[in-house]
Amino acid sequence: MRPSPARTPFIVRLGASFDARGWRLSGLFAAFALIAVPVMHLALPADHPLHLSTWFITLVGKILCYAIVAVAMDLIWGYGGILSLGHGLFFALGGYGFGMYLMRQIGRDGSYQSDLPDFMVFLDWKELPWFWVGSDSFLWAVLLVLVVPALIAFVFGYFAFRSRIKGVYFSIITQALTYAAMLLFFRNETGFGGNNGFTDFKRILGHPITAPETRVVLFALSALALIGTLLLARYLVRSKFGRVLTAIRDAESRVMFIGYNPLWYKLFVWTLSAMLCAVAGALYVPQVGIINPSEMSVGNSIEIAIWVAVGGRGTLIGPVIGAFLVNLAKSWFTVSFPEYWLFFLGTLFIVATLYLPQGVVGLWLRLRARRRGKGAAAGEPPAAVAKGVGA
Amino acid sequence: MNAADLPPTNGDNPDWDSGTAELGHILKPGQLDLSHKVILYLDDITVSFDGFRALNKLSLTIDAGELRCIIGPNGAGKTTMMDVITGKTRPDEGTVFFGQTIDLTRLSEPEIAHMGIGRKFQKPTIFENHTVFENLELAMKTDKRVWRSLFATLDSAAGDRIAETLQLIRLTTDADRLAGLLSHGQKQWLEIGMLLMQEPKLLLLDEPVAGMTDEETERTGELFLSLAGRHSLVVVEHDMAFVKQLGGKVTVLHEGSVLAEGSLEEVQADQRVIEVYLGR
Repeated sequence: MRPSPARTPFIVRLGASFDARGWRLSGLFAAFALIAVPVMHLALPADHPLHLSTWFITLVGKILCYAIVAVAMDLIWGYGGILSLGHGLFFALGGYGFGMYLMRQIGRDGSYQSDLPDFMVFLDWKELPWFWVGSDSFLWAVLLVLVVPALIAFVFGYFAFRSRIKGVYFSIITQALTYAAMLLFFRNETGFGGNNGFTDFKRILGHPITAPETRVVLFALSALALIGTLLLARYLVRSKFGRVLTAIRDAESRVMFIGYNPLWYKLFVWTLSAMLCAVAGALYVPQVGIINPSEMSVGNSIEIAIWVAVGGRGTLIGPVIGAFLVNLAKSWFTVSFPEYWLFFLGTLFIVATLYLPQGVVGLWLRLRARRRGKGAAAGEPPAAVAKGVGA
Repeated sequence: MNAADLPPTNGDNPDWDSGTAELGHILKPGQLDLSHKVILYLDDITVSFDGFRALNKLSLTIDAGELRCIIGPNGAGKTTMMDVITGKTRPDEGTVFFGQTIDLTRLSEPEIAHMGIGRKFQKPTIFENHTVFENLELAMKTDKRVWRSLFATLDSAAGDRIAETLQLIRLTTDADRLAGLLSHGQKQWLEIGMLLMQEPKLLLLDEPVAGMTDEETERTGELFLSLAGRHSLVVVEHDMAFVKQLGGKVTVLHEGSVLAEGSLEEVQADQRVIEVYLGR
């Protein structure tokens, strides 16, 4: 970074995080999600070859949410060097927070025609527990989605980072955290529907949740959220904050001895990452129509790390590609060879770790560098490869 | 290399001369009090690791503006002493004061760095995945809290300052290279440059010329000599020719405490020092 005029408005600096190509691609993607998808889903008849099915919209909408999680994971793992194996927890908490609102929107249309959600009637509860107060408000739900996971991440992160827990120890603790939360949410007494979780949603802001129009809007929101996440993440990693973060990853003691306190840097990016996951979870639940404690299972969180590893750590765009590749493969595998999926996933992780340290993005950059480097003696790798900077 | 090449560091810093008023003086919190012309006091420091006494009632004072060399055989406690000063290791007993008032045993590593103590490690520790320029930028003395870093931009004064330091450490043409690609000697210089960007009042240098060519070593010595006076320097070194070039007072550590202190000739003539180095 070179000296630049200090008083550039923040919004301009944020916008400058994408280069021209980045904005072109984002514009194309936004046009696809906001214009092409609605037209192809709503206006074209079901037998038209370009018609997009509900199945397609739900699948891609779901993967868009996963892609947000993958970018959030890349911020802490790829740039911060902190491997969380419990990020599914924050995703699920966001989903539960918004799911509470969706449960209240069912109103008296549930099986028991009660004001209370069905599972509470089933448990013979007479009134809402205190933490459900306000859950019929959309704004309150949004607040819950943003604040609760952030608070949990902040408190957990504060103690973990203050105690200088690092590396594999940190990963194991995050795994234990999400597992403990899963066990807690499995209990009926916890007040979140036990192992069935929340489902049978009817409405969102008064609109029928399964209506094609609602689906199209949720899809578009997920796409915009992904673009916003990428923009924010790109700004962060290009800022001085980002340079300090990668410095902490590479030589934490040096960072401390030049006067930065790594605790607050880690805590900021950790909490932000958790919030992004929660937003993704809140967008995910209305699209798939269910949230239950299995989202907090250890396997789910490990899968997030695999998306990032396959796509390319520390590249931001790589994790998006990884989330799409792995999940598209998963939706095909689990139909064609359901029993082999986990073996495939494990193999993929090993191959990516051993042979593709920077995932498919790193592979692509290396191939491109080789093509360009032909003829010229390539003495040292181009900075882009060594630093793993993508689009 | 002469003083004109140097970046404007602490020469005109008002708190360098703090506390010279005749009748008492008022310090702001965190301000260094050098009214007794001493920058660092180590008093009766003991550090044990599993029963092994790395430091054993070590007492040492460093004067303001002094260039002090610390020598001693392996395991004498030189690096542990630096760990104690910079907050990495807490002493079991004893006190460490920076100036008259700042108790270093109660501060964390980043806080101590902010007070004005810079440290160079034995193994060059730089940010290998950042460019040389970015390494200096990160080290530069400024507000280092998260919120500032999120919105920080580099103004032209800061750019000039980095350019001056680049010139001083002779890495101007390498500014945009990744630091990991530098030679060993260049990495040492970059780390020294990072230290200077912090504008520290006390520099702790652990084997700063290890792995340098003779020419690089000599240039480093000249640089240190030009820094002394405005900064205080503590240099841990094995290279006796280098210690001789620096010419300051020498402290010999042995088994965690001070064995001898004086000019290089004096300590080299000391019978106990000879025994320690040559064996009985």
